[in-house]
Amino acid sequence: MSLLKPLIISIWFALLFLPFKGLKAALFFLIILLLTLLLFNSLFRYKNIFKDPLQKIFNLFEFNILTPLYESIYLRYVLFAALLVIPFFVKDYVLDVAILSCIYIILALGLNVVVGFAGLLNLGFVAFYAIGAYTYALLNTKLGIGFWSALPFSMLLTTIAGFLLAIPALRLRGDYLAIVTLGFGEIVRLILNNWDTLTKGPNGISGISTPVVFSFTFYKLTHFYYLLLFFVAITIFITKRVHKSRIGRAWIAIREDEIAASTIGINTTMYKLYAFAFGAFWAGLAGSIFAAKMQFVSPESFTFMESVLILCMVILGGSGSISGVIVGAFLLVLLPELLREVQLYRMLALGAGLVILMIFRPRGILGGKSASLRI
Amino acid sequence: MHLLEFRNISMHFGGIKAIEDLDMRVKENQIMSIIGPNGAGKTTIFNCITGLTRPVKGSIFFSDVNIVNLQPHEIARLGIARTFQNIRLFKEMSVIDNIIVAQHCRTSSGIIDAVLILRKFRLEERIIREKAMEYLEFVGLYDFANTMSGSLPYGAQRKLEIARALASEPSLILLDEPTAGMNPQETVQVMELIEKIKKLGKTVLLIEHDMKVVMGISEWIVVMDHGVKIAEGIPEDIKNNKLVIEAYLGKEY
Amino acid sequence: MLLQQLINGITLGSVYALIALGYSMVYGILELINFAHGEIYMLGAYFGIIFFGFLTVLGVTNYSIFLSLILTFLLSIMFCSAYGFTIEKIAYKPLRNSTRLSPLISAIGVSIFLQNYVMLTQGATDKVFPNLFGARGFYFLSIRMTYIQLFIIIVSILIMIFLRLFIRRTKIGKAMRAVAQDKTMASLVGINIDTIISITFIIGSALAAVAGLMVAMYYGLVNYFIGYIAGIKAFTAAVLGGIGSIRGAMVGGLLLGLVESLGGSYISGEYKDAYAFVILIIILLVKPGGLFRKAELEKV
Repeated sequence: MSLLKPLIISIWFALLFLPFKGLKAALFFLIILLLTLLLFNSLFRYKNIFKDPLQKIFNLFEFNILTPLYESIYLRYVLFAALLVIPFFVKDYVLDVAILSCIYIILALGLNVVVGFAGLLNLGFVAFYAIGAYTYALLNTKLGIGFWSALPFSMLLTTIAGFLLAIPALRLRGDYLAIVTLGFGEIVRLILNNWDTLTKGPNGISGISTPVVFSFTFYKLTHFYYLLLFFVAITIFITKRVHKSRIGRAWIAIREDEIAASTIGINTTMYKLYAFAFGAFWAGLAGSIFAAKMQFVSPESFTFMESVLILCMVILGGSGSISGVIVGAFLLVLLPELLREVQLYRMLALGAGLVILMIFRPRGILGGKSASLRI
Repeated sequence: MHLLEFRNISMHFGGIKAIEDLDMRVKENQIMSIIGPNGAGKTTIFNCITGLTRPVKGSIFFSDVNIVNLQPHEIARLGIARTFQNIRLFKEMSVIDNIIVAQHCRTSSGIIDAVLILRKFRLEERIIREKAMEYLEFVGLYDFANTMSGSLPYGAQRKLEIARALASEPSLILLDEPTAGMNPQETVQVMELIEKIKKLGKTVLLIEHDMKVVMGISEWIVVMDHGVKIAEGIPEDIKNNKLVIEAYLGKEY
Repeated sequence: MLLQQLINGITLGSVYALIALGYSMVYGILELINFAHGEIYMLGAYFGIIFFGFLTVLGVTNYSIFLSLILTFLLSIMFCSAYGFTIEKIAYKPLRNSTRLSPLISAIGVSIFLQNYVMLTQGATDKVFPNLFGARGFYFLSIRMTYIQLFIIIVSILIMIFLRLFIRRTKIGKAMRAVAQDKTMASLVGINIDTIISITFIIGSALAAVAGLMVAMYYGLVNYFIGYIAGIKAFTAAVLGGIGSIRGAMVGGLLLGLVESLGGSYISGEYKDAYAFVILIIILLVKPGGLFRKAELEKV
């Protein structure tokens, strides 16, 4: 009996696999799968032995043990100091990864406002990122406006874009909203791709200048690293403040129960609008920095997959929790870099990972206790 | 003085008439109950008052303002709060945060105040936190302030919902079956709580199935059946009203 | 020119309609946007190429093209149904009682997984389906129509008639409608919900397989990312007609096909893919219930 079930499952999946790579590969796949299942089965039989240490590992991820660490002010100082001195010890490559992580942290924190706080699924977040990047790119290359003067403008524009999308979209519930935002993202990308006279289409815009502070031009990776550290700190600070304010509480109330929220006097439509706009605001920041860092933008950087990736960052760490989102963004930038050799399987793993995450830890790895684990 | 007045309210869902030409008045600082068999349209009345459904006809006056076309949050701001038959707490928020967030429409800190941690923000946060603790004490949940509200026992959740409704500082509070699923002891506690709410000067409108509660604390009772008001009066009159007995038990009795 | 575009639009629309039916049926029963449905269609196209190639190697194609086509269709349908069935069991069933967004995210995960799975096993380049009918066709009222277009339209119409009869007349079809209306009641009268959901996925996947295979024959080229955009368009079609309604999916599909081919030739070809999104957004905002459905009341 214990052999029959794994065998049937293995044969079934091997059959599904059969057309793609032929008989030999399917047989190989069958054997591997069967062995894995049997291994798991036997492990499962002795689960009591594993239960305790496993539970401990799980508990590590729960807030109750790690919270004092997160909250510890000393740890923060140590971490901050470490972040400040990193550039003196590492190679450019590491710095590059760190910069990328920072950009994604800003993006993920922005999307977290929409998804994590207000509970609205936004599958077109990348559109705001793109608008931010292109606004700076165009202002800079067409009008010669510098980074610091263009930044407020491009953030304002993305915020307005957030409002404009939200006004109609918020009449829709849950998954319809998700699809409309996805459509918005695709439309923006198609416009960038096809409006050749303005955006140069798929070729993208190059020659974007980097930021200048008091006649000091940012050109080295280290400069960008500190710039991003600065902006990430600001983003964390502000989103945290807002989260703990009247506005953040209203968002969470809407996420938890929209009807109840409206009957205690929260203007739910308005606050959902705010969430969209406030989230877009950060995408505008990340986009502008991205354009300035790369000195080049093209529609290719703003595909639907990018939206999904940012969404994954938010839910991997635990949507709604700021530290969780930071960890999520960092992991999802870092993992593919660490797994260079299996780069090809990156997206495969991402897809499977999403399914597994939804099933086993829908609130993310750091996302607090899930109902089933609370007991 | 009437705090709330229904004039000719009708509500239909598809072909079903949930409420038909309802006239009803609620006196200020009174405990009034709406009773009636299942499907009589009681919860629909609450939904109409709080703006969750819009009646097809008629008007509802709340301190002389017609609230029929207002949004739920505007109605809440005017001073109406409610609880729900199937408890609707913010489960992932702590007990105290449930109360704090309910003071939303009585506070005004904006994004700038919060980000720059201005004096106004700090002061307001302190006040609403203190007030929240007072409300928790009022309903007897002081010790649970930092518990996740979703993990509270059932009876406590009902009380928390009442406290949350109170926290939005209403003059009229609607309670939809506040004692449903409670043991006799908890039921008595809730009855006392409702009396206490009245003593605060608030008006209470109650939907309740437990006749002991209804007869025990109501000053006025409205009886609904199939969307129509079939009787109203003080508890003694309702107890002996033939129509009411028929509605509940059928004609043969 | 106009009539020509009409024919192209109807051909395209029939394909969208077939895929849209799968979205609609699943949404009707589970209230889930089965984001991975477009990938099933993509798999259908790939299976078509794989099996047809296999039959060619075996020599069946030389013996009879007709027979090998039928075999290809059957195999493709079988495999796609198996995939649909498996996806539901793995990615959706465990999430049936969770929040509304979890299954949607899981579905996106499945979609990404399948795309890359096909890319890794079949390569990132275009795959070619042998051109069986050539560009041969005939003139009908002065419009040129290729045989493959005629084939697509006829097959789609037959399938839709068949599906309608199936849902109206058979016991399973009636059970499906019952489950869509009220799961609890349906299970109380003895309908096995799990079986019905599985059957829904199997039928939906079979339709997508047919659509994918026909598109492979029509265009001759297949790539691993065709599922995403076709899926979105078919979903638009389903919403356009009123998601959950079978008739709506058919009409929505045809309308979308027409809009795309007419808009593509008269307005702008570059924005061809954007029409679906624009229509989707407008429909959802103006008439969220779709063209044929009354807006539903939200329960309090």
